[in-house]
Amino acid sequence: MSESDNVISMRGIVKRFPGVLASDHVDFELRRGEIHALLGENGAGKSTLMNILAGLYRADAGTIEVYGKPVTFNSPRDAINAGIGMIHQHFMLVPSQTVTENILLGLDTPRFRLRLSKYDAIVAELSARFGMQVDPQARIWQLSVGEQQRVEILKMLYRGADILVMDEPTAVLAPQEIEGLFTTLRSMTAQGKSIIFISHKLQEVTEIADRVTVLRRGKVTAGGLPTAGHTTADLARLMVGRDVLFQLEKPPANPGPVVLSIDSLEAVNDRGLPALRGLSLQVRAGEIVGLAGVAGNGQRELAEVIAGLRPATGGQVRLGNDVISNQPTRAAIRKGLAYVPEDRTKVGSAPSLSITDNLIMKHYDRQPVGKGWRVDSVAAELFASELKEAYSIQTPSLRTHARVLSGGNLQRMILAREIATDPQCMLAMQPTQGLDVGAIETVHRLLLEQRAAGVAVLLISEELEELLSLSDRICVIYEGKIVGEVTDHDVDRLGQLMTGSLGTTTEAA
Amino acid sequence: MSTEGDVLSQQRQPRIRWVVVPREQVPGWLPALISFGAVIVALLIGAVILALAGGNPWVVYTQIARSSFGSLGVFSDTMVKAIPLILVGLACAVAFRMRVWNIGAEGQFYLGAWGASAIVLGLLPMVPSLSSPWLIIPLMMVAGMLAGALWGGIPGFLKARFGVNEIISTLMLNYIAVFWNNFFIFAIWNENGFPQSPAFPRFAWLPRLTDYAREFRVLGGLTTHLGLVFALVAAVLVWMLLKYSRWGYEIRLIGDNPRAAEYAGVPIKRYTVLVMMISGALAGLAGMSEISGVVHRLQGSISPGYGFTGIIVAWLAKLNPFAIILVSILFGALILAGREIQPSGIPRLIQGIVLVCLIASDFLLRYRVRLQFGSKEA
Repeated sequence: MSESDNVISMRGIVKRFPGVLASDHVDFELRRGEIHALLGENGAGKSTLMNILAGLYRADAGTIEVYGKPVTFNSPRDAINAGIGMIHQHFMLVPSQTVTENILLGLDTPRFRLRLSKYDAIVAELSARFGMQVDPQARIWQLSVGEQQRVEILKMLYRGADILVMDEPTAVLAPQEIEGLFTTLRSMTAQGKSIIFISHKLQEVTEIADRVTVLRRGKVTAGGLPTAGHTTADLARLMVGRDVLFQLEKPPANPGPVVLSIDSLEAVNDRGLPALRGLSLQVRAGEIVGLAGVAGNGQRELAEVIAGLRPATGGQVRLGNDVISNQPTRAAIRKGLAYVPEDRTKVGSAPSLSITDNLIMKHYDRQPVGKGWRVDSVAAELFASELKEAYSIQTPSLRTHARVLSGGNLQRMILAREIATDPQCMLAMQPTQGLDVGAIETVHRLLLEQRAAGVAVLLISEELEELLSLSDRICVIYEGKIVGEVTDHDVDRLGQLMTGSLGTTTEAA
Repeated sequence: MSTEGDVLSQQRQPRIRWVVVPREQVPGWLPALISFGAVIVALLIGAVILALAGGNPWVVYTQIARSSFGSLGVFSDTMVKAIPLILVGLACAVAFRMRVWNIGAEGQFYLGAWGASAIVLGLLPMVPSLSSPWLIIPLMMVAGMLAGALWGGIPGFLKARFGVNEIISTLMLNYIAVFWNNFFIFAIWNENGFPQSPAFPRFAWLPRLTDYAREFRVLGGLTTHLGLVFALVAAVLVWMLLKYSRWGYEIRLIGDNPRAAEYAGVPIKRYTVLVMMISGALAGLAGMSEISGVVHRLQGSISPGYGFTGIIVAWLAKLNPFAIILVSILFGALILAGREIQPSGIPRLIQGIVLVCLIASDFLLRYRVRLQFGSKEA
């Protein structure tokens, strides 16, 4: 392949942040009309590299060429003017405005908002050309997540982007919607667009990408590798540098008595709309029950009600024989509930406090750390250092602020803290979100250890692979109710339940 | 719209750039250095303004130093001014540690003074057997602290129950407190039409150093009173509370991340009310000690803005109780010196500039600023 086929050529990119070399002389090339995946663990440097390409960061060294011409981007606007459009994982759309209005946001024409219908037509034509059905006059809040993503793509196409960078685009989609996205991507490349696809999902990378570049610790371990002829195991090895166990050892289930029982639970969400509509579920000691579902079907509200952070408007949650719903949060903690929240930084930790302070968050009021009115700082340090050793939390010292920890370390810290409470029941919500393969493996191992120790584990996750490999049984939540249970790894049925295609609402045992 | 092939040409790279980078860890000495630096910068700015206004900054500053620390007598006066500042500074520090912004220390101060006065002017006439300093002073302390706690607890409750912004509620309650006191001064406890209450009987005065001048000649004329002991004891107690106790841990947790504190089971609403009450009690104690140790009566003006200066003191001291003692002495000196130079101009000016410099310098605690030369690596 000759150089002139490259629409993007990045050479020798170096980017330093304090304490870390995020990009270490990275080379990256994108050919016209291809889907090129960028694979790597968290912290490998893929977001950094793409942020440089999209004009959000400036490289410390190295060159970028677009269509063979050297460029320097001082801001995202320069990148867009060069035809590079980035679609971020978190959408930047205004919910109350229409699709067309969002697409036109920030542009110089139209000067005044007249004759929107003209632009509606342009948007409609654009969306038809690439096979992305979307109603230009629909308001964003009315659209599904998959449709919102299409709006983001259209935004970039409207601005004349020929090169699209997609950051973890499938993170928010249901299985059916992912197929739709892939069809769209293929249609775009057929019309001459080139796509960079950032992902950590090996299965998808092998399915959709033509070539893949793998980053590890800021260095390229495989540049522009054709995906045909490589297995996910090969790619994982390139990502991590060692063989990664995909299927952890899982001894057969031996569930004990029911520990967590949820009966006809009802609750409203932050906007006052019903989020849980009579949800019933039971988890036994020594089993992992997975809860599958597309985001926004009541998972967050369920976790909050169980943890005592949200009131229930009907039904109840019991831990053993004790009711823990509608009780102060501390009651659930005292009765043996451990909760690993979805948001590590906003809920699960105190960013400006020390690691020690974070680790004693559930222990400061009991021996040996808490003694009466005092917090024994010596005992606290000892407690914290024991946990640090046992869970291999990488940190320069126990006194560093928690915000410095990487995602994987933070999650290890949170798990260490929760497991140290010796719980009866563990509630884990999206525990591996944003973590690299190594950290994911650790989290999964810890959850399985809890299961073996007789803890009842409720795992709420959007990663089907994770649910399939860890759960003894998977219940599906849809619109605030359990609509079915799957024990035989039937992915199709799971997908149908998750998108509400199966109308029955068989209650889980 | 398409700009295929029309790509931005390479621009000139800047040679020198400011780079702002988040800090990973805060060295222990940095907050003190920054506070110190903020004061120096403020003094420099003040000096520039003084010079522009035609004054001589060096003369002004040395005069301030002389009139506050020049002799034992004036140093004692400085300490008298420092006492309420320490207590109010502690009051603000406790609340601020939990990110509850108590701007009402001034009003809580006034209520504390009222509480103490109520014991002397209201209760004492009815129960003459209380005429002993050992009885009346502790009663005045308790009353002052309770009244201050009530005045702090009201906005605390409003915030916990209804989410009312405490900055506004505490600020407004300051005015109500002043007028509440005025009502009693002018209508109920009035002395012959003068805007003040009758003087407190001698046994209701906080003992002062000068009271022992007969035994120790050197103590003659020194008006430092028992309130200093209250302030120092309170500083130690607050330090122990914040650093060692479980409530101190919980307060720190709430202050850093309320959602994490809630997740950890800390009852935030209860703490909001409790902390505001403690804060109010400390400010109330300041009011009581000022009434009983300095003016010995209830009058309209008992505070040259101690409640607000206390906020600056707390910030400058970075909420550390022992630093609050030092900073209060500094500010006490400024207030005292104002008497000599110009009551409301320069000392207030410097205080204000210090606050602005402090708030601006807080940025340096969290970020490192460096100059970066060139942008291509060798």
